[in-house]
Amino acid sequence: MEKFTTIQTASVPLNMEDVDTDQIIPARFLKATTREGFGDNLFRDWRYNNDNSLKEDFVLNNPTYSGKILVVGKNFGCGSSREHAAWAIHDYGFKVVVSSFFADIFKNNALNNGLLPVVVSPAFSQKLFAEIEKNPSTEIKVDLENQIIEITSTHQKESFDINPYKKTCMINGYDDIDFLLSLKDNVEAFENQYQKEF
Amino acid sequence: MATTLFEKVWNAHVVQSIENGPQVVYIDKHFIHEVTTPQAFAGLDKRGIKVLRPKQTIATADHNVPTKNQLLPIKEALSRKQVDTLIENCKNHDIELYGLGHPFQGIVHVIGPELGITQPGLTIVCGDSHTSTHGAFGAIAFGIGTSEVEQVLATQCILQTKPKKMRINVDGVLGKGVTAKDIILYIISKISTSGGTGYFVEYAGSAIRSLSMEARMTICNMSIEMGARGGIIAPDEITFEYLRDRKFSPQNFEEVVEKWMQLKTDDDAVFDMEYNFDAADIEPMITYGTNPAMGIRISDTIPNLNDAGLEKALQYMDFQKGQSLIGKEIDYVFLGSCTNSRMGDFRQFCSLIKGKQKAENVTVWIVPGSKQIEQQAIAEGLDKILSDAGMELREPGCSACLGMNEDKIPAGKYCISTSNRNFEGRQGQGARTLLASPLMAAAAAITGKITDVRTLI
Repeated sequence: MEKFTTIQTASVPLNMEDVDTDQIIPARFLKATTREGFGDNLFRDWRYNNDNSLKEDFVLNNPTYSGKILVVGKNFGCGSSREHAAWAIHDYGFKVVVSSFFADIFKNNALNNGLLPVVVSPAFSQKLFAEIEKNPSTEIKVDLENQIIEITSTHQKESFDINPYKKTCMINGYDDIDFLLSLKDNVEAFENQYQKEF
Repeated sequence: MATTLFEKVWNAHVVQSIENGPQVVYIDKHFIHEVTTPQAFAGLDKRGIKVLRPKQTIATADHNVPTKNQLLPIKEALSRKQVDTLIENCKNHDIELYGLGHPFQGIVHVIGPELGITQPGLTIVCGDSHTSTHGAFGAIAFGIGTSEVEQVLATQCILQTKPKKMRINVDGVLGKGVTAKDIILYIISKISTSGGTGYFVEYAGSAIRSLSMEARMTICNMSIEMGARGGIIAPDEITFEYLRDRKFSPQNFEEVVEKWMQLKTDDDAVFDMEYNFDAADIEPMITYGTNPAMGIRISDTIPNLNDAGLEKALQYMDFQKGQSLIGKEIDYVFLGSCTNSRMGDFRQFCSLIKGKQKAENVTVWIVPGSKQIEQQAIAEGLDKILSDAGMELREPGCSACLGMNEDKIPAGKYCISTSNRNFEGRQGQGARTLLASPLMAAAAAITGKITDVRTLI
């Protein structure tokens, strides 16, 4: 997994609530057998018309906004467990998604792919959207080590929570499988005990 | 200390806890299908490791499969490749595959219970959010991503943070024409699409206890639609009766039932959140918007609220605030999906359409959840009732639930669907989905419009 420490870039605002993973990547694009290339179809039906021309009013097609941070509304990533949603966002080039509230499975999937989900307060989320609208080139700084997100133009900051284990994984690029494989003996001991009980 | 049903099962499966981190949870059964596994197997191959406990993994092909002429090669190359990749991976890793042509093939959340693989007290995962279905048996079951599928294949364990505890009580007697699907759509409409996020939900109360196992599966299936990690219902005589004599039910059944009977929440156990609903308040439900919480009782009207999400949804659906949905013409009816494709759903649907004709303006797709259900429906003569009504019994699969296989609803068309999601484009680009029960779907199939099923029974 890619390591993550600190990032400072402009951002792309998608100020909508309850964005489900069917919108992030529709099911008809889940047919690949590798993890690559899903970014092309990120938000496919919001981004493209049926003739593959761009929908100009969608934020990803608006040249005013750019950067590696996607700022989204509440309950982002609800619905299907498809990890392809996290792959698509990461493959498109985003490294961070900021929301006041993420759906559970999406959040886990993001963390397992080096895409940092930053949970901010509803008030800070509003500040972010307002500031980005006012000044689209505003840079956002996300410092994972110190767990701080900052709007650099205004110096408004907030600290964010992350599970310490997951933080270590993100900073070092470790994945859960390496860790779980290292526990093989414990798992076997558990199985022996468990089979006796049931 | 008093514990909940969820805690009893969870605690029995914790291999170890990481300080300030998640817990290592042992997984008893792992269901897999063709869409969310190829990258996981590729990960194992890259690491040069095999599946740790292949006998605890069960595979089927369901998402990508056609529901007609299943024994012919799949037409679409990418779908065919995914299904072929699953066959190859199962062969290489010694995993039992109930693939196309196998008498046990079907939707992953339908075949697990009907084969008796799903049992009380187990931990069950699958790379599919509707894995919550299996919680109906008193199991902890939840959907996972592909990286987590790889974890489970490699280690039979998963890293998880213990969710919070919620209980939803539904007491009282259900009215005429009101089914499990209406209960869960009603609950979601009250709690919202994110109200359960971070929680594992236990469903309890007299109305829940009165439900069949199939109906309980419908309830637990849609737990994810309020954001919950899963749903669970304490096993009881109805559960044990369902599991008796299933293909993979335990040999020492009576002995095991004694243990299963211990699986219940202690009287003085405390939940982090609790909701109470009265069954008498629930009517046949229908959704009007683009998430499953946008639902109303059939006699209600679309809410008149100033809300950007509602406005976007109504624009997509071409509905207005304050509108009643009764009498609205529809184009498609879909009976199927892991929510409502079991025998009880088929019997209910057929009880209403028997001796009647499909409305001319409607296309009806009837898709059984499994090969066994298809066979049983034929044995009971339901295929004849359907064909007499101008409807066709197709072959098992996820079908029109998710716009991935050949069964897609065309843009702009309205579909009354017994599935679980009405997201934009879920059933096909531009498709407009109205979620409802099999009975409401049957009423629409014969009248050609949205109809309060209570006027027909």
